[in-house]
Amino acid sequence: MMTPNSIASNSSRGSIATVSVAVAIFGVLSLIIAGRTIDHAMSIQAMTFIALVTAFLVGTGMWAGNLLDRNPFDETKYEDTLVKYGVFASMFWGIAGLLVGVVIALQLTFPNIFYFPEWGWTNFGRLRPLHTSAVIFAFGGNVLLATSFYVVQRTCRTRIAGGMWPWFVFWGYQFFIVLAATGYLLGVTQSKEYAEPEWYVDLWLTIVWVAYLLVFLGTLWKRKEPHIYVANWFYLSFIVTIAMLHIVNNLSVPVSWTGTKSVQVFAGVQDAMTQWWYGHNAVGFFLTTGFLAIMYYFIPKRVNRPVYSYRLSIVHFWSLIFIYIWAGPHHLHYTALPQWAQTLGMTFSIMLWMPSWGGMINGVMTLSGAWDKLRTDPVVRMMVVSLAFYGMATFEGPLMSVRAVNSLSHYTEWGIGHVHSGALGWVGYISFGALYCLVPWLYKKKALYSKSLVEWHFWISTIGILFYMISMWFAGIMEGLMWRAYNEYGFLEYSFVETVEAKHISYMIRALGGLLYFSGALIMAYNLVRSAMGHGAAEPIDAKPDPYATPEPRATLVPAE
Amino acid sequence: MYEALSSFAQTGGLVYFVLMFLAALAYALWPNNQETFDRAANSPLEDKGPSND
Repeated sequence: MMTPNSIASNSSRGSIATVSVAVAIFGVLSLIIAGRTIDHAMSIQAMTFIALVTAFLVGTGMWAGNLLDRNPFDETKYEDTLVKYGVFASMFWGIAGLLVGVVIALQLTFPNIFYFPEWGWTNFGRLRPLHTSAVIFAFGGNVLLATSFYVVQRTCRTRIAGGMWPWFVFWGYQFFIVLAATGYLLGVTQSKEYAEPEWYVDLWLTIVWVAYLLVFLGTLWKRKEPHIYVANWFYLSFIVTIAMLHIVNNLSVPVSWTGTKSVQVFAGVQDAMTQWWYGHNAVGFFLTTGFLAIMYYFIPKRVNRPVYSYRLSIVHFWSLIFIYIWAGPHHLHYTALPQWAQTLGMTFSIMLWMPSWGGMINGVMTLSGAWDKLRTDPVVRMMVVSLAFYGMATFEGPLMSVRAVNSLSHYTEWGIGHVHSGALGWVGYISFGALYCLVPWLYKKKALYSKSLVEWHFWISTIGILFYMISMWFAGIMEGLMWRAYNEYGFLEYSFVETVEAKHISYMIRALGGLLYFSGALIMAYNLVRSAMGHGAAEPIDAKPDPYATPEPRATLVPAE
Repeated sequence: MYEALSSFAQTGGLVYFVLMFLAALAYALWPNNQETFDRAANSPLEDKGPSND
């Protein structure tokens, strides 16, 4: 009998064929490019893509082999396997990205030891975008994919839409990461910060991202809850705005269809404005609204209390997204950008302080009545400390956007310190908190493998962040003051190399901080893998209590007579 | 042209943003919405699996 469910699953089964054909077409296109190109880097990129596509098609074929016997898209269940993949992809890319961060911190600290002229691809200029893209887009992006797929299903009370398409989004996004990362090492870049990948990688990401948007909208469309929960609003603003930013900032004309190079459509100050409109909103809509969505679902769920004020969350959402999009020009103080546009960027950055803190207060106050969890549950503590870092970074940011402060802070290590207090403290900790929640929930375990390992992770990483931030404040303010110091004859007091030399100790402390943070992530990965395997305290949720775990009270033993 | 566009962006933008903010505020604070918001705030905590009715 054809029930509505089986009809739906038949069309879902059809999506396996559609996805496979779509991916195969791109495989054939890259085969043509690989055959015709005279660009060595392009040939490696095309061959890499062909290998990935082949693995994907073979894997899909093997997985779809016995589909007639089972329904892989069962509408009565949530799609959790995909979220599990996302959790482990996040862990993998997080460790890779943090490791590259430690390496480039060491390169800056000890250039004589960590500079390898015979291996050009290990140069700082190639590893730095590898680090930023790996932590922001590979780690952060996978956390957002995994949590958004998890949250949208549960708050809409329905399985994710699109059959095979969510899997296309997941694997397509991993292919984007691999192409971008290997491209950087080969020296392929369009030299736009946080938008380094060249035109063909940008096109592939656009396709993946539109599929992501449609899958997300499709799930909202068939929701069983009347109201769209606030976390989904934040996820949706992240997906829509990133699509818009990515497309506009990457408008370019390829020099050749078989080459890596392209020419930007915008030039001069227009290009700079577009780039920082993109760059700052990558912070705003990738690293903020997406992770605020995590906050609005995972904190209430973990402490089992509704969000402090749903009304505040609505005001928070609309004011945050409307203000954030204008803050970009603060990256272009004292440039050819018109003064009024610089002032506008600065003013909106200062206004942004209010919605940011409104959101932070909403998250922290969700714990009211459950404050003891800060002491007893290190995962909750991690998420609340992430909000503390969020509050700090969103206070520091408006301050640094003020033109007079910016004249001291811009181009110095202060900027690096600011970014990392947001990235390590806010984005990192809210993500780690979500991963620590997700693994027991997905694998139906009572708890994590080891709670004390979470404590170790928390304290080691927190000390690491503090080392990082404080050393960069010192280095940044010091070099800012040294750059502007004049002697009594009106000449610059310090040569540039003296300002670099003065930062050496700060650089050592920063590298140590990064190493500590990286070690914390390794501890987390170990803990999560053991939890998924059901070791330690990660007992199955339906397991009967072990009768031997707690000895029954027995009558006092009588000494043998 | 530039003068006209930039002065329109600066004044029209201000009015537009204030109106948008007031609209969001009105929606959030409208007394009739209290019940919807209370239900929405509790909905993640009451999740018992996909609903198929």
